[in-house]
Amino acid sequence: MAIELGHFALILAVAISAISAVAGLWGWNRSERVALFLRQGAVLQFLLVAAAFAALIQAFVVSDFSLAIAYQHSHSAQPLLFKITSVWGNHEGSLVLWVLILVGMGVAVAMFGNNLPRELLALVLAVQSLLVAAFGGFTIFTSNPFTRLSPVPPEGMELNPILQDIGLAIHPPLLYAGYVGFSICFSFAIAALISGRIDAAWARWVRPWTLLSWLFLTLGIAMGSYWAYYELGWGGWWFWDPVENASFMPWLAGTALLHSALVMEKRNALKIWTIFLSIITFSLSLLGTFLVRSGVLTSVHTFASDPTRGLVILALLAAFIGGAFALFALRASSLRVGGLFAPISREGALILNNLFLATATAAVLVGTLYPLLLDAFTGRSISVGAPFFSLTFSIIMVPLLVLLPFGPFLAWKRGDIIAVTQRLAGAGGAAIFGAILIFALSGAQISLAPFGLLLGFWVAFGAMAELIDRAGFGRMALSLSFRRLVGLPRAAFSTAIAHFGLGVTVIGIVAASAWEVEIVSTMNPGDSKTIAGYTVTFDGLEEVRGENFISETGRFTASTAGGSERQLFPERRFYEASGTPTTEAAIETYGFSQLYLQLGEAAEDGSHVVRAWHKPYVTLIWLGCLIMSAAGVLSLTDRRLRVGAPRRAAPRPAPAE
Amino acid sequence: MTRKQKRLSIIAGLGVVLALAVTLILVALRDQIVFFYSPTEIHEKAVAAGTPIRLGGLVKEGSWVKTGEVNEFIVTDGASELTASYSGILPDLFTEGQGVVVEGTMTDAGSFAATNVLAKHDENYMPKEVVEALKANGEWQREGAGG
Repeated sequence: MAIELGHFALILAVAISAISAVAGLWGWNRSERVALFLRQGAVLQFLLVAAAFAALIQAFVVSDFSLAIAYQHSHSAQPLLFKITSVWGNHEGSLVLWVLILVGMGVAVAMFGNNLPRELLALVLAVQSLLVAAFGGFTIFTSNPFTRLSPVPPEGMELNPILQDIGLAIHPPLLYAGYVGFSICFSFAIAALISGRIDAAWARWVRPWTLLSWLFLTLGIAMGSYWAYYELGWGGWWFWDPVENASFMPWLAGTALLHSALVMEKRNALKIWTIFLSIITFSLSLLGTFLVRSGVLTSVHTFASDPTRGLVILALLAAFIGGAFALFALRASSLRVGGLFAPISREGALILNNLFLATATAAVLVGTLYPLLLDAFTGRSISVGAPFFSLTFSIIMVPLLVLLPFGPFLAWKRGDIIAVTQRLAGAGGAAIFGAILIFALSGAQISLAPFGLLLGFWVAFGAMAELIDRAGFGRMALSLSFRRLVGLPRAAFSTAIAHFGLGVTVIGIVAASAWEVEIVSTMNPGDSKTIAGYTVTFDGLEEVRGENFISETGRFTASTAGGSERQLFPERRFYEASGTPTTEAAIETYGFSQLYLQLGEAAEDGSHVVRAWHKPYVTLIWLGCLIMSAAGVLSLTDRRLRVGAPRRAAPRPAPAE
Repeated sequence: MTRKQKRLSIIAGLGVVLALAVTLILVALRDQIVFFYSPTEIHEKAVAAGTPIRLGGLVKEGSWVKTGEVNEFIVTDGASELTASYSGILPDLFTEGQGVVVEGTMTDAGSFAATNVLAKHDENYMPKEVVEALKANGEWQREGAGG
């Protein structure tokens, strides 16, 4: 019964969203009551989709296998958490989560959008409703999660064991919140194009939504990367796999959007480009959804490959992206170009940021789509892997990282590059000193690593230098500097912290890639191996029963010269319901570095192949992402986003129609 | 500088960077892509030793031999076969008779040295390239199991 109610709720939500879209696009500038209707509609859509989602969760929790997707992707012996996460561990359920976040974003705008002009609010909600209607409809007509089975199977087929992990509880919801969150920026951009009103106030209204989506996406990607790192057991944290790229492209474009919206907000310039980026960012999210959900790729993310679904998503993709760009082409020329600035200025620096981020996005896009297109047109199978991306992406990132610390120091309109260089000299000197020191300590081997570290230090120190400089440390009494530091606007802190986080991630990437040590060896209980100063001893094996698996657990001791001894337990698990084996790596963290152990199958003589990595400073990669996200949170609490209704600076230009 | 000159200098700068980026991408696409071959194609095209490639096919029944950490197995597409070796822990779902994609290079001795065995994430998954390679040799019988 609950399942039918959920099904009905989803259908009703789609119907309401369709009516909202039509009413909003027709009547956004006609009546105050249209905006009111759309706000109520947004609340209703959210409550209904939430009810549908709750019905699915309930069916999974009580293991109601009359629900087809529960039968296919759950099992009564699964722990409760994994029963719940199984809801989105499949194609149909994950789409409901997708739509839930879409309506969640809509209701957030409806609730917190009191300071938006009524007409803009109506248009934003109308476009958002159109998205809900399209993707809700897609869910119901091609991927209905509420299909029932009769007769009811006695037991389910179990969720893919690789997905039975806490990661599935965190990674998809965060990633979707980021991906789908950019729909709001898209809706704002379309609303601006339709109404013809785009100004600094628009950029300010869009900013919190961009920030929110960006920080969720940052966390989602970082979490996904860490999950792949510990679960897949290959010891890698990024594979340039098409599905990873699918989430990375909206991140790059969204990062560019965050920066270009800043220029628009502060200087009323780059308006056309900012609108374009808003459309591109969500289009890339949609493209990601298409790549992952259509079955054109095969990966852990691809649950089902039903060609009709792929075609429908492709059609939706073409309709939304094509429609948005057609509107853009029609209306962009009517936007007036804003403030003037010299090439060397804050604006100029932010344009360079956008240029490099956009180029990097394009490089990732080409690398991701090229094999698909080549296969479609010539039938030739190729793979574009890490070598392509390492070459193109890192070369494009180098100038971005070199120039990054200059940006926040430059003044708006016209900057003085010599003065800025002088103020950054301390950070530059510290970065060079640090890189040389590490070069000497690591045995003075000629490699690219010291240069990579130099870049990371430069970005991290340069970000801190801005705070130090603005607080006036060294130029005045210490207590006065501290008072000035505390008094700095939060925006200054969030910029510096975000850039510092990026520097930390770069340092982690360089160190973990350059100084990683790996050994593969056959070990019998009692054997010891040495890796990067750690002595790893194989103590023995035991059999452990989990809730729905049997595990062969290896007991290892890692001891250091300093006398510390820690136990590691890599496992080989056998999931009984689906008959699938998995390996669970054991990871031990020492400071920022990690020791990573993977246990292989037993040979006939009882020995085991053991693969061990030492990954120096690898945790800095994710720590940097956390720091960037924290900066996003800090920026969200900035006063200028909370204080009452920002008013339009200029008189309203007439809508160009 | 006048307004026009300023804008031109910015646009010229952007143009130069974009041109460099496009060149970079094209060069990388020419040199850094990895081709996929079936054992038959490898024999036909005489792939040079040392070029990174992907090899796909079925793991031949009864061919998987483990010596310590070194695994040797034969990859077949029905028409021809090729011996591959891999040192390390094979993915959980690697078994004889199943499809496999391995990344690596041909050795001078004419066997395949794998640096990476691509993991399968679920037991129903058969790499698309493998399905096509098998179809090309008339070895494909299963219905609808392809990825």
